[in-house]
Amino acid sequence: MKIISKVYNFLVFGFLYAPIVVMIVYSFNSKKSRTDFGGFSFRWYAELFQDDIILRSLWLSLLVALLSAIIATVIGTAASVGIHSMKGLKRRAYLAVNNIPVVNPDIVTAISMMILFVFVITKFNGLEMGFATLLISHITFNIPYVILSVLPKLRGLNPNIYEAAQDLGCPPGKAFLKVVVPQITEGIVTGFIMAFTLSLDDFVISYFNSGSSAQTLPVTIYSMTKRPYSPKINALSTLLFLSVMILLVMVNLRKTNGNNSKKGELK
Amino acid sequence: MKNKSLLAKFASAPYTVWMCIFVIVPIALVVYYAFTDADGNFTFGNMTSIVEYGSTFLISLKLALISTVICLLMAYPVAYTISKMKQRRQSTMIMLVMLPMWMNFLIRTYAWMTILEGNGLINRFVRMLGGEGFSMINTDGAVVLGMVYNFLPYMILPIYTVLTKIEKSTIEAAQDLGANRLSVFRRVLLPMSIPGIISGITMVFVPAVSTFVISKLLGGGKTFLIGDIIENFFLGNTGTVNYNVGAALSLVLMILILISMTIMNHFDKDESSGGIM
Repeated sequence: MKIISKVYNFLVFGFLYAPIVVMIVYSFNSKKSRTDFGGFSFRWYAELFQDDIILRSLWLSLLVALLSAIIATVIGTAASVGIHSMKGLKRRAYLAVNNIPVVNPDIVTAISMMILFVFVITKFNGLEMGFATLLISHITFNIPYVILSVLPKLRGLNPNIYEAAQDLGCPPGKAFLKVVVPQITEGIVTGFIMAFTLSLDDFVISYFNSGSSAQTLPVTIYSMTKRPYSPKINALSTLLFLSVMILLVMVNLRKTNGNNSKKGELK
Repeated sequence: MKNKSLLAKFASAPYTVWMCIFVIVPIALVVYYAFTDADGNFTFGNMTSIVEYGSTFLISLKLALISTVICLLMAYPVAYTISKMKQRRQSTMIMLVMLPMWMNFLIRTYAWMTILEGNGLINRFVRMLGGEGFSMINTDGAVVLGMVYNFLPYMILPIYTVLTKIEKSTIEAAQDLGANRLSVFRRVLLPMSIPGIISGITMVFVPAVSTFVISKLLGGGKTFLIGDIIENFFLGNTGTVNYNVGAALSLVLMILILISMTIMNHFDKDESSGGIM
């Protein structure tokens, strides 16, 4: 029984990692072939760093991810405070609408916003799809995730502490910043990280809402897959994979060193 | 107290406005476009023209269902064995499950093209052994493979999460009362892991049924899914662009998913969710 489960797990993990290994190996191929391995070289890495389109879209992706995560975190955290004080039907309705972009397939969220943007653009001349529409669409699908990670933290708060601060003469705004925010920081940070990674990883929504002037990295990768084979994608993927791996290992090590009680927690 | 509620009201105001403009209005526009023609006149024409795409809907549903079932069958044993490991090993294994998830799914799908191609690695290997190459890419099978590969971690994680929450003593109690392995699984483990299975199924099924990338890259334009058609109506050539029919298709897709989610949630009697998202 033990051996069977070991073999089984080995096969499943083999399935998960085989394509990644193949990709990494072929990123060092000196030939421009998907299958013939001509010898080890850094040729594609060198070409990758000379490809302006890829580099520009990488920066754009990082910029959009950072900006949309910051804005979504601010709006989302504030909204969580508001939702926290809502009750009954109003609260349920608010949360239901908040869940729409989470539950809906990406393509539906994407085309619904695209229709809005195109609608506005045809009404007002001079506007066009680009950075602004891209950023707006990313903020829109990021906010719900911030709320979903901040709201549970607010629920665990003792409301008396906040009221005590006000009784002691602290104005509400300041009391909020000094008393409530420090207690929900963990949720805010989780929300921010989630928003950032979701934005960085998104393809479908960017694909429909970026126009041709503001292409994010996934959109550029997609257009590269339609052109003749270029091992530059492999080189790029290898670098992305390594950075994700290093990041995850670092986070994991910090977690295990920090406190063991939270091990069960994912993300 | 008064101040607090005022602050709270003010706090959610920006999002309320944002949500109205960028979530509710777009959905309303989808409905509006679905029921109007190019000149803005009311029509049922778009909705009735969907019948033409009935077979595409069926293929999308079929492939997504097959992928979901395969994912579930593959994921459950993995999640179970991981949940039985020692703490430290568990977190390493879960990290290994999550690592591919963090790569963009375009890259993950692209990687399979290299393997499945007519001249790809599998066929070269088969020919090396003296066999005859066969075509794998540009088939429904390749699309299912791409779906399973991309979404398998989304099935493993929620099932693993619920399994770790089941107390050992529950299983021991069942064994003490004379249950054998099979009945422990059938009457204790399986019912208790339903919430995880449900969120796993939704996390696999929804992106699988609405994908257009996997079918483009691995189906080579031969397997046309509902996502491909919607994409074509919005970003295709000028001749094929038709927001109205595209909106109608999206509306139907949205309702379809809403219905299947309601059915799924029906099985999940207690509201605790096993999901990680």
